[in-house]
Amino acid sequence: MAEFRFPTPLNESDVRQLRVGDAVWLDGIVFGVRDGNLIRVFDRGVAPPCDWRGAALLHTAPNVRKIGPGKYEPVSVGTTTSMRMDRFTEGLLRDYGVRAILGKGGLSQQSAALMQHYGAVYLSVTGGAAAMETLQIEEIEKVYWEDLMPECIWQIRFKGFGPMTVGIDTHGGNLQHEVQAQAQQKTAELLRKMGIG
Amino acid sequence: MEVRANFYDLVESVCCDLYIKSLKEIPPDIVDAIQRAAATETKEVAKRIFSHYLESIALGREKKMIVCQDTGIPIYWVEIGGNLRIDGAQLGDAIVRGTERATREHPLRSSIVSPIKRENRQTNSGERIPIIHYDFGRDSDVLDILFMPKGSGSENMSFMKMLIPADGVKGVKRFVLEQVVGAGPKPCPPTIVGVGIGGSSDLCMTLAKKATARPLGTRHPDPEIAALEAELLDAINQTGIGPQGLGGNTTALAVHIETAWTHITCNPVAVNMQCWRAERRRAKIWADGRVEEGY
Repeated sequence: MAEFRFPTPLNESDVRQLRVGDAVWLDGIVFGVRDGNLIRVFDRGVAPPCDWRGAALLHTAPNVRKIGPGKYEPVSVGTTTSMRMDRFTEGLLRDYGVRAILGKGGLSQQSAALMQHYGAVYLSVTGGAAAMETLQIEEIEKVYWEDLMPECIWQIRFKGFGPMTVGIDTHGGNLQHEVQAQAQQKTAELLRKMGIG
Repeated sequence: MEVRANFYDLVESVCCDLYIKSLKEIPPDIVDAIQRAAATETKEVAKRIFSHYLESIALGREKKMIVCQDTGIPIYWVEIGGNLRIDGAQLGDAIVRGTERATREHPLRSSIVSPIKRENRQTNSGERIPIIHYDFGRDSDVLDILFMPKGSGSENMSFMKMLIPADGVKGVKRFVLEQVVGAGPKPCPPTIVGVGIGGSSDLCMTLAKKATARPLGTRHPDPEIAALEAELLDAINQTGIGPQGLGGNTTALAVHIETAWTHITCNPVAVNMQCWRAERRRAKIWADGRVEEGY
């Protein structure tokens, strides 16, 4: 398992060298997205008000303190379950050029195939460890769609965000899916042992 | 026993405090269990994840940071001492005010929306939220409030099934194991797996939720059910799901089962999971205004 540190936005060559299990740190802008704002983009057809070419998108909705008009400081910024946003992967990669999706819990095999095709990765952030993540933030630079609070689009500048674990790479690896598939097999065996065939 | 003047204001302050502190101070039994799991882990990625858990626990306790961004669905388990003369309506209002005050004053993210329009009042309250369960303590002078800010990653992994009597306890075992494995990484493992067996459908799920609030190390008083808890925990930890579902030796910290008698045709089972932080915080309030906080 190798270690990598990249500035954002990311290049295709950056992400194509990653393998599942690798540790990754990011520096620079990461956009916070989730259910509410992605539903607006893809189901209501409202284009995001920011450039996502090469972007790293984080599944989040932070705790913040308002310090001025449109200006917020972080209180607790963490990561939410990615699978709820699984159906947006194709649009994000194909239409907006996203290179990394950051979240917890993994994405489907369909998303993994799309990532292999378009050249993007899934980076697994440690869920529930928001305190650590919050200290890696330099500034919440901008907030778009404040009416969706807390499900706005958050433009956050990180320094040394990580280590994240590569969950899906561009070589067909999908770590969380593989672990779960093995667990399913093991379960069948366990049930037989417990006399529940 | 009459409660002191301003008793409900005190309840409001205590609930405000419970909400904020529960998000920052992970209960000691949970911290111990995470430390033990980290020490016995053999896989590199899992060790990395456990080190993040422990670092965040320390930041919560030492730097008073919120450990997880999810402020949860606020849930209160209230036990009213039978000797106390309490106005239940005023009590409920005070709990709601405490929840809203914590959200406004800290500030906390408001995670609560209306179910269809998804309107957010920015108060962490709304129709029937916070959730308040009431119970009564015999020969008691204490108002006991146990608070859980129930995170959605684990709450979304809730399952119940009306099994039939012919499915027996084998059906229960299969259901629990299959749901935990199906949930995989989503509830932020290692989890506390709460299981309800019996009752009606609604009671069964409430029991599963209540089971997750039991401190680690406690067993069901019925040895047969305690054995079932141990058997299921052992099986779950052989699946290899591990922390964040990235593979590892510890997938659950405990299986807790709560039971109720049921109808002759029924065999209900429910699963409710609690994420690795398993936040909970308790306050005991006496009629004279004395307060003791714990877990």
